[in-house]
Amino acid sequence: MADPILTLSGVKTNIAQYHILQGVDLDVPRGQVTMLLGRNGVGKTTTLRSVIGLWRAHEGTILFDGEDITRRPTPAIARMGIGFVPEDMGIFSDLTVEENMTLAAVSGPVDSARLDWLFSVFPPLKTFWKGYAGTLSGGQKQMLCIARAMIEERKLYLIDEPTKGLAPAIISTMARALRELKAQGASILLVEQNFAVARALGDGAAVMDDGRIIWAGAMRELATDKDLQERLMGLSLEAS
Amino acid sequence: MTSSPDHLPTMARSSLSDRLAPYGPILILVLLVVFGFLAIPSMSSWLTLTVSGLAMGMMIFIMASGLTLVFGLMDVINFGHGAFVSVGAFVGVSFLLLLQHMTGAPSLLLNLTALLVAIIGAMLATGIMGWAFERVIVKPVYGAHLKQILVTMGGLIVVEQLIIVLWGPEEIYITRPEALKGAITFAGAALEKYRLVAVGIGLVIFLLMRWILRHTKIGLIVRAGVENGEMVEALGYRLRLVFVGVFMAGSALAGLGGVLWGLYQEVITAHMGNEVMILIFIVVIIGGLGSVEGCFIGALLVGLLQNYVAFLEPKVALISNIGLMVAILMWRPMGMIPVVKAK
Ligand SMILES: Nc1ncnc2c1ncn2[C@@H]1O[C@H](COP(=O)(O)OP(=O)(O)OP(=O)(O)O)[C@@H](O)[C@H]1O
Ligand SMILES: [Mg+2]
Repeated sequence: MADPILTLSGVKTNIAQYHILQGVDLDVPRGQVTMLLGRNGVGKTTTLRSVIGLWRAHEGTILFDGEDITRRPTPAIARMGIGFVPEDMGIFSDLTVEENMTLAAVSGPVDSARLDWLFSVFPPLKTFWKGYAGTLSGGQKQMLCIARAMIEERKLYLIDEPTKGLAPAIISTMARALRELKAQGASILLVEQNFAVARALGDGAAVMDDGRIIWAGAMRELATDKDLQERLMGLSLEAS
Repeated sequence: MTSSPDHLPTMARSSLSDRLAPYGPILILVLLVVFGFLAIPSMSSWLTLTVSGLAMGMMIFIMASGLTLVFGLMDVINFGHGAFVSVGAFVGVSFLLLLQHMTGAPSLLLNLTALLVAIIGAMLATGIMGWAFERVIVKPVYGAHLKQILVTMGGLIVVEQLIIVLWGPEEIYITRPEALKGAITFAGAALEKYRLVAVGIGLVIFLLMRWILRHTKIGLIVRAGVENGEMVEALGYRLRLVFVGVFMAGSALAGLGGVLWGLYQEVITAHMGNEVMILIFIVVIIGGLGSVEGCFIGALLVGLLQNYVAFLEPKVALISNIGLMVAILMWRPMGMIPVVKAK
């Protein structure tokens, strides 16, 4: 693969007076799933939000698809082809499932073939198509949120903890969706605490601590090296 | 291999009050009308009062609808909104005075044409003024409520003074177009023609707004933006631009409301906008900040209550709307149709 789809170099982001990101260097290669791992509160969400411009990096540069997006406004960054799934899902609960999806198709009407594919991956979306998103269960909301990012083909997907708080059955639905997305050759930067999912999906991995990337390499390497896991994340991850 | 549940969940029977909850506001409106019917001794007075209450409510709705969306979208408190009402009234009335040959002619068509010209002129003027107001006064104070209150109030004072400079300090008396004077008799009740027209215009505006909000992409963006502006931007929509558009539309509607209100009172002053602001704020608050439907029902409640009470117990009329607000906020602290806000 040639140049990465996304490159962060020395990104520093402050939230209020706190220095949250303290120089993040990260490459997301094209056509691969890159896992962003690390303990709670180390800055994973802040990293994704800095890329999409919801927090502003005050130092460093963010290159997306060869262009410097560090100072661009959020809508312009999104329109370059980034699908964003925030940690809190960002569902519009006063809108129906249909309206949520219509809105997410920024460049035109919803593509019906793609919608059928999403229905096959997330059947509840079809069932509750005309229902208000606010009435969906937590897992269904998460499905809607991911489907919303996937309704159009994007160059890069930023996905923040898609399996947070979900039952195992739904986690496997999510994993399947992400696998299918990956099979289409999408580039994904994925924050995921469920290590089984991370291991199954990830090509590459980057581990954060204290607002920095402290390790980056192949997922395979991290998945099999318990000492490395222990050292990076202070725990050994179930590698059953 | 497990997949997501594909069964259709059976809905548990919810309690009667749960199922009625979404209709609560409409129910209150109906109850109020029924209460009026029972309390007001003569059927014809009730009808007259109901129509004038609805007319007043519709006009307040037109003036308030922009304000509720402006607050919902960008959390902006605009105490200067009344300025658009006043300017709308002065511009509209100036047109009507210019077109006196048309308003004075005994032809409904000519009268309505003149009214339409006045309305379009007023809306254009206040829409453009809204754009300037947003840029100069509101934009620098995004996210700072106290500053917004002070600065927008300052803007209101400036505009009021400008009106006095341009049109003079005296109030201007205006008569309604010829064909809209007087009343028609229906079921023994005298219904002022002008009020019926106001009800019609209000209804059209409400239905139009509702349609735009529900069936156009820009409407979806506005509704979504009221709930979670950050996510709307992350999808790729420039919320700021949408906000400016909504601000301008809201200002233009306030201008339209000003014309209608001026003709209703048959006199206009530079302070008329500010005077009606108290009613507008009550309506926006009891409706639920950011909810157009809530604003509509709230405005009708205020209009009807004011008219019924003024007839039944004139001394209480002044405080009746404050009482209504207190009662509704005790029932639903976020207003009748509370808007979900992210974070
Ligand atoms: N709005 C905010 N104001 C102040 N501090 C914040 C804010 N948002 C996040 N932080 C702080 O920034 C740090 C990094 O947060 P972030 O959400 O990026 O962590 P994370 O790695 O995503 O954690 P988690 O795994 O728990 O989601 C945390 O210490 C958090 O307390
Ligand atoms: Mg997080």
